[in-house]
Amino acid sequence: MPRFLNDVYSVFWVDLRNLRHHWRSTLATSLVQPLLYLVAFGYGLGGGISLEGVSYLAFVIPGIVALTAFSASFNGAASKLQVDRFFYKSFDELLMSPVSIYSIIIGKALIGVLRGFISSSAILLVGIALSPKLAISPWLLLVLLSSCFVFALFGVLATLVINSHQGMSTFSNVVLLPMTFLSGTFFSLTQIPEVAKALLYALPLTHSSSILRALALDAPFPWLSFFILLSFGAAFFIGCVLALKRASV
Amino acid sequence: MLIVGVILAAFIETEKLTKCYGTVKAVQDLDMRVRKGEIFGFLGPNGAGKTTTIRIMTTLTKPTSGCVQINGFDVVKEADKVKKVIGVVQQHLSLDRDLTVKENLEFRARIHHLSAAERKKRITELLEYVELTECADRMIHTLSGGMQKRAAIACSLLHQPQVLFLDEPTVGLDAQGRRRLWDLVRRLNMDGTTIFLTTHYIEEAEALCHRVGIIHHGRLIALDTPLALREKLGLVAVEANVNNKETHYKYFADRASATRYVQSLPATAGTVIIRDSNLEDVFVELTGEKVGGA
Ligand SMILES: Nc1ncnc2c1ncn2[C@@H]1O[C@H](COP(=O)(O)OP(=O)(O)OP(=O)(O)O)[C@@H](O)[C@H]1O
Ligand SMILES: [Mg+2]
Repeated sequence: MPRFLNDVYSVFWVDLRNLRHHWRSTLATSLVQPLLYLVAFGYGLGGGISLEGVSYLAFVIPGIVALTAFSASFNGAASKLQVDRFFYKSFDELLMSPVSIYSIIIGKALIGVLRGFISSSAILLVGIALSPKLAISPWLLLVLLSSCFVFALFGVLATLVINSHQGMSTFSNVVLLPMTFLSGTFFSLTQIPEVAKALLYALPLTHSSSILRALALDAPFPWLSFFILLSFGAAFFIGCVLALKRASV
Repeated sequence: MLIVGVILAAFIETEKLTKCYGTVKAVQDLDMRVRKGEIFGFLGPNGAGKTTTIRIMTTLTKPTSGCVQINGFDVVKEADKVKKVIGVVQQHLSLDRDLTVKENLEFRARIHHLSAAERKKRITELLEYVELTECADRMIHTLSGGMQKRAAIACSLLHQPQVLFLDEPTVGLDAQGRRRLWDLVRRLNMDGTTIFLTTHYIEEAEALCHRVGIIHHGRLIALDTPLALREKLGLVAVEANVNNKETHYKYFADRASATRYVQSLPATAGTVIIRDSNLEDVFVELTGEKVGGA
């Protein structure tokens, strides 16, 4: 176990160093988009509307926090890993080292977790300032952190499976972008048709945003969603293991 | 029975090594041995299969069939043991270009499980060894090509590998940078590291390597010392230009027989050059092509 954790840290260390050199641009990149959403949807669109008994602003903030956690974690893990794999090829050095693939996977996800957690917490703080009714609890932070982990693993998996830069950008436009908008982030899933609902509940972001919303609005904790979210994490991790074992072509 | 003579231990041994990418046969039926302590050159044109061979030997790619043993361990089945004795400088260097030289070294030392004290010591030593001490805190992307190569070599030496793979180490370097790198490789070899390097530069194989394997379209077509390869062909080459059109090449064991041949040529033969043969001649004769492509 100490060896495992030590290796995880070694893998993470190099990404941390990288972040240290580039933290300003990195932070700016991941904050601009959610802040725009907050302004455009929360203020612009939803000024007077209320949804599920609360103001739209209070409703949408947890969704935007989840969305930020999702895109910052996914991209944080995926973009660095892509560079390591396709441009610098320094990922090969990890594969040739005695570090186990399990440590590699977790270590490579951590930069996404860190970036996702910082960005989404920042949005959360802005959100609380705008809508003071939102409840912030240790539970909320824990769910946020686990969401970041799940999404970062998703980013690692996507990069390991999709073998080109081109493929990654297609994936992010065709799969990720719709997912960020549709997963109950901006609207309530209660009124939509059953078929669409089933489809959307098969996405991890839907569960993350519904748990965060429940916590922020003091509703009962949706255990099922939490369980499903963690299962997604486990599935992504196993996917990464299989991808790395099969890799080396 | 007593066996007289020195048996040079094979450090790397391949057996019918084959790698296919779809219908492309990148490496075919490769059988060769690299001896402990030598500088082995793997010479071949672009696309010959050099990088593919190195990637298989360094556990990054799995062979389609056949096998490789390094230090007696199979690269597929006993990859963990192989990883301990190999170091690689890849064609693309595989450094993190947004980090400093020192940070790259630190990273590689960490993933190879060097303790904090060992890390500090080895990094200082290696920076000295590759003459980059003054550049330790510079970002990789601000270094010259030659400095980047030396940084990559330092990174690959942290865990004291017994064999170092260098994939086209001098491509893109100027004459001075190339010489400097050759010296570094020789020094490493003198210090006991077996070297496996690929190149498509004839002079490099001749100047640096104890033995050379020539690979062409994925097949090994010759393997010996540069001198022995030339001897098989003839140590002296005669280039005779006929009517300013085609140049004919002929090879002879010594100057005397070459001179006799030149004297026997008709007076109309045009320019005639007598020179030492080289590995390029060997390559052209074996393949009917030039190393750098037609
Ligand atoms: N990942 C891959 N997928 C498909 N084909 C590949 C792959 N890697 C190599 N090849 C093919 O295998 C052959 C050998 O390539 P390799 O890179 O080993 O040559 P090389 O001798 O290193 O050439 P160079 O001097 O250009 O580096 C080439 O035809 C190449 O196109
Ligand atoms: Mg190559």
